[in-house]
Amino acid sequence: MAGIEVRSVSQSFGTAENPIVALREASLSISKGELLCLIGPSGCGKSTLLNIMAGLARASAGEVLIDGMPVRGPVPKKMAFVFQENTLVPWRTALDNIRLGLAFQGAPKAGREERARAALDLVGMSEFANHYPRQLSGGMKQRVQLARALALDTDIILMDEPFAALDEQTRMVLGEELSVLLAREGKTIVFVTHSLTEAVFLADRVAVFSARPGCIKAVIPVEESHPRPRSFMTSEKLTSLRNQLYEMLHDEVLATVRASLGMPAGH
Amino acid sequence: MNGMPLVSGSVKLGFVLLLGIAWYVSSAHQLVNPLLVPSFTATMQDLWTLLRDGVFWPDLRITLYELVVAFAIASILGLAVGYAVSRTRYTIKVFDPLFSSLYSVPTILLFPLFVLFFGLGSGSKIAMGATIAFFPVVLTTIAGLGNAEVGLVKAARSMGASDWQMFWQIMLPASLPVVLGGLRIGMVSALLAILGTETIAAIGGLGHQIVNYSDAMDTPMMFAYTLLVLAIATALNSLVTALEGFARQRIA
Repeated sequence: MAGIEVRSVSQSFGTAENPIVALREASLSISKGELLCLIGPSGCGKSTLLNIMAGLARASAGEVLIDGMPVRGPVPKKMAFVFQENTLVPWRTALDNIRLGLAFQGAPKAGREERARAALDLVGMSEFANHYPRQLSGGMKQRVQLARALALDTDIILMDEPFAALDEQTRMVLGEELSVLLAREGKTIVFVTHSLTEAVFLADRVAVFSARPGCIKAVIPVEESHPRPRSFMTSEKLTSLRNQLYEMLHDEVLATVRASLGMPAGH
Repeated sequence: MNGMPLVSGSVKLGFVLLLGIAWYVSSAHQLVNPLLVPSFTATMQDLWTLLRDGVFWPDLRITLYELVVAFAIASILGLAVGYAVSRTRYTIKVFDPLFSSLYSVPTILLFPLFVLFFGLGSGSKIAMGATIAFFPVVLTTIAGLGNAEVGLVKAARSMGASDWQMFWQIMLPASLPVVLGGLRIGMVSALLAILGTETIAAIGGLGHQIVNYSDAMDTPMMFAYTLLVLAIATALNSLVTALEGFARQRIA
């Protein structure tokens, strides 16, 4: 049984006479325990699709099913969301931020503290339980956000460029750790990223978007078991898949750049 | 950095001392008309009598009562209306500019009307103070609640926060620094409006007392009362500023 079914989801903004199509007829089937990366040029609608999956935005057409149930709003018992920007509340410590998330989810009060501590432990942040977000670096805040999502103990985690604001080294280390963690937890993950390396390193399959109006151009399987060793990062397999993705994206990115500069399409 | 408050503090103190010395010297040497600017020593003597006999208490009580009631009305109404307006983008678009433009209107012109409605007593002062204090409170509440970081709200929503949790756990604490600033400005403007209107038409209060002595050409006593009011206003302002700082520290 599929974990997430995306059925010809379209999204447009603007007026009825002059609509701006952000996403056109996207369809995907994501099985339980799979890690799928969405990749594409800026403004291709990959984040839009993720928000629609999460029930945080409404599709203009089409639908998303979670375990066969259509999504009409956030489903906090089944899906957790990790944001690109820091969404920890500044007036609470790391631990209390996670407890607040559990309170929002409606988790029983009794186990919240233990669950929050266990999640911090999973991401290696136990020592910083009583630190406020302002006392943490960008990478540490991102770990706490990941811990918050893990604490919610959902089958699905949606991640919107969670490492985009971090430096190259930090994001590589976090990526490796994430691979190990997720292999152990067996969760279904949808991960939006700009980084080709990150996509190939983490994903079971990579969905490539075309330029605006975005649609899914291809879905590339990675066929490498989790957890992936560090050596996979420099392997020939990763490099060739990465080049393949780059070839596919190159024209799309060029089209986006041309459009943003007001140049005619074509060569 | 540690030396800075000490330095700026002594500069402030020095400035006040300088003013006092200038006043003392000019009145002692009859450089100014004593009817317009009373002698320093006469004023201090009157201030001493005032404090010793406590004759200012009934008027202070009236002014403080007016301030407390006016500020309570303004903050409750301002917070409630601000919350209601901030609920949707449409109401923000309609009411925010409306309140902003009303804020810049000289609402003091309503005072004759308030005297007509509520009489010469405390009623008209409370109405004036509440009206003037309402605007900074409502505007900062709209700004604070309306501009709560989108990311925080979205994250809370994704985790299933109810409307109630969203308000108490996210919106209110996120907007508190801005709202507290509005409350402080509201309180200071209420005091200003109340003292001011007491000097225009009143039957009691510190402002009224100052005008009484001015009318009686008793400038030393008038100056003594003015100094007392300045001291009280400064104390109130430091109190709310300290409260604001304390609350900010708890949140940020």
